[in-house]
Amino acid sequence: MRTELTRREFLRSGAVGGAGLVIAFYLPAKAEPKRQGTKPSFQPNAWLQIDPEDNVTIWVGKSEMGQGVRTSLPMIVAEELDADWTRVRIEPALADTQKYGNQLTGGSTSVRTSWERLRKAGAQARAMLIAAAAQNWGVAPDSCRTENGSVIHELSGRRARYGSLAEAAAKLPVPEKPPLKNPRDFRIIGQSLPRLDIPEKVDGSAGFGIDVRVPGMLFGVVARCPVFGGKVARFDATRAKAVKGVRAVAPISSGVAVIADSTWAAMEGRKALDVTWNEGPHAALTSAEISRRFARLAAGPAAVAREEGDAEAALKRAARKLEAVYEVPYLAHATMEPMNATAYVRPGSCEVWAPTQFPSMAQQVAGKIAGLPPEKVTVHITLLGGGFGRRAEADYVADAVETSKAVGAPVQVLWTREDDMQHDVYRPASYHVLRAGLDADGRLIAWTHRVVAPSIGGQRGEKLEGGLDTSAVDGAADLPYAIPNLRVDYVMANTAVPTGYWRSVYASQTAFANECFLDEIAAAAGKDPVELRRALLNKAPHHKAVLELVAEKSGWGQALPAGRFRGLAVHGSFHSCVAEVAEVSLAKDGTPQVHRVVCAIDCGLPVNPAGVASQMQSGIVYGLSAALRGKITIDKGRVQQSNFDDYQVLRFNEMPQVEVHIVPSSEAPTGTGEPGLPPIAPAVANAVSAARGQRVRKLPILA
Amino acid sequence: MSFSLTINGKSYTVDAHPDTPLLWLLRDYLNLTGTKYGCGQGLCGSCTVHLDGESARSCQTSVAAVGGRKVTTIEGLAATLGHRVQQAWIAEQVPQCGYCQSGQIMEAAALLAKHAKPTPQQVGEAMSGLICRCGTYQAIRLAIARAAAGGAQ
Repeated sequence: MRTELTRREFLRSGAVGGAGLVIAFYLPAKAEPKRQGTKPSFQPNAWLQIDPEDNVTIWVGKSEMGQGVRTSLPMIVAEELDADWTRVRIEPALADTQKYGNQLTGGSTSVRTSWERLRKAGAQARAMLIAAAAQNWGVAPDSCRTENGSVIHELSGRRARYGSLAEAAAKLPVPEKPPLKNPRDFRIIGQSLPRLDIPEKVDGSAGFGIDVRVPGMLFGVVARCPVFGGKVARFDATRAKAVKGVRAVAPISSGVAVIADSTWAAMEGRKALDVTWNEGPHAALTSAEISRRFARLAAGPAAVAREEGDAEAALKRAARKLEAVYEVPYLAHATMEPMNATAYVRPGSCEVWAPTQFPSMAQQVAGKIAGLPPEKVTVHITLLGGGFGRRAEADYVADAVETSKAVGAPVQVLWTREDDMQHDVYRPASYHVLRAGLDADGRLIAWTHRVVAPSIGGQRGEKLEGGLDTSAVDGAADLPYAIPNLRVDYVMANTAVPTGYWRSVYASQTAFANECFLDEIAAAAGKDPVELRRALLNKAPHHKAVLELVAEKSGWGQALPAGRFRGLAVHGSFHSCVAEVAEVSLAKDGTPQVHRVVCAIDCGLPVNPAGVASQMQSGIVYGLSAALRGKITIDKGRVQQSNFDDYQVLRFNEMPQVEVHIVPSSEAPTGTGEPGLPPIAPAVANAVSAARGQRVRKLPILA
Repeated sequence: MSFSLTINGKSYTVDAHPDTPLLWLLRDYLNLTGTKYGCGQGLCGSCTVHLDGESARSCQTSVAAVGGRKVTTIEGLAATLGHRVQQAWIAEQVPQCGYCQSGQIMEAAALLAKHAKPTPQQVGEAMSGLICRCGTYQAIRLAIARAAAGGAQ
């Protein structure tokens, strides 16, 4: 078997135009723009540049996957810079931890963790521009102020645009502790400014990973063993290579790559490939077996995550006891842009173009394959056609780098939708046992929650002290309700199904269990769900604030049209708090229809309120897809779903009316990418339970 | 085989297998990458283009099946009445990740070309063949209403 193109073949394939193809070279992820123009520009730090023509360039170190960081992060810099927003343009940063710090885009951290750093970056520049102007004018710096891209000296009526000061400012020392604005004076932060990335997203010019075009590039797809943990036993490339356009067939770590001069030819070549798999030890695994195992493990030992008072004793003396089991399935991410990356490995160099949430991981993985230190790998971060945690992995980067290395040409490896769905890292399935005790007056005196779930970290070999994965009890162990006797524990239930970070991670499971069970308690105690929660949230003011806001805005307690029911859930995650109320009715066939969702969020100071509202809409829609129909099932060690016909997601005609309300706050910003998601499943499940008169304890609701 | 196509008003002659989906011809042969691959099965609508002004899934349309029909992609939409749909999309700030939006805009433009004032049912029928994972459906509904009402203002 031959795995490398000859030089002659490569040259021929490089001239793909000869085969009737028209190739214009298109590099959507630009290289770092020239920082040395003909005229000197002012670059006080890694984040911004002001040129003599008054253009402000701001580098964005985080990945844009729809959440709006290419607008919100520049807004923070521009605010402290007091820039003229109309002159601001952005550039995506290359992967460079030295320069930009941690570039992982995940955990709803972008605004929260960039806040101080980017304010400082803007403030440094502003202080230096003031100093430069003051020096020019022979006045004291503190007699000058800035406004909309100019330094102004009121006393003399002088005014200078930043661009005209760039050269002088560049010669000044960079202040370590520049003065920051008083948030009362913010004029950019807090505004719902239009996103900077919208125009390119309505005319087809936006560059996603799949749109990368490099001179001489080839296109590849990979045949992978359908069974988790399986390997290639043997393959015969003869028939695949006979497909017109197929250039090479190469074994790589994840399977067998078929490389061609178009994606279509590669896919046709893969269909023709003769490959025999060694299915490995997991070929009999089923979802039913996994469920049974979770139930069995739930009865065994567990690692304590939080313990207050004595829950067992309180349960014994309780006047009324409740117990329920909640279950959720594995889920795929199903980003609209399937996994892909483009790589070009040459002797001594490796260049990668990737829609990645984790550029430094891409550098590490690529460097290992190419035999280079990570920092020698150039990673261009393209736009991401959705991320949701899936693109925090680097498996798709490895495919491209290995394939490029094998054929000695630039290669884009695309995962088909089926590849993407069947070789994901899945949101862990989980099994939750909850118990509660009420005293004779109906007060909640005991709560236990046992989380049985695969550990994402544990499955990747992380050492977890005492079998406790603190991430797996996120949302369970930090239950905000004041209950005197409480125990939350965890049973690690790892399986052969690969797991990963899925929007809101374990909060998507624990919020469902918590908030549905709390409704069961409210019903048992004869209390209103809002009132029950309010009484338990006296020491959790942020949770209480969103609860009260959502109750008010949703008209909680007011009559609904016949056949409509409300459900409520409150959940704090990623330093923010969100409450949602869903209005649901049942169609004649019993199918729940979600008509309206009212959402209240406390995320500190909203940098771009319209962006916050969009993220709430987004989390709600993503979570609603999962709550209603999301389910990945395993049979014979492989995923049964393959495309959007059997992994159904929310469509236009099912979209409820969503209203978002933001709690006014002057505290530092907290997360928004994920926190909107966890409350939607329990809010809808609580409404459906009310409509059906029977509890929903298993997702998806339309199983 | 050799095929002559008119795409966005320009003539192209391409040498391709007759079964080649129009999607991959546009993307990999002609570098018109605004049309997106999402599912390859006609389930998500990310690959939607116009054939003689009618919406079509380019992943389900072979190059041989295009025939003499004029192809319009997102790159060529601005030259048509579809321009106001793009303007409405900007006004309503529809895209998040943006990946599905070429298809959404092409579908909406075809709908509005056929029904200048579509009923909610007509909008629902047309747009429910497409998938957005970021949750822009509500904004899409507003943008279609805005475009139907006469533009971006």
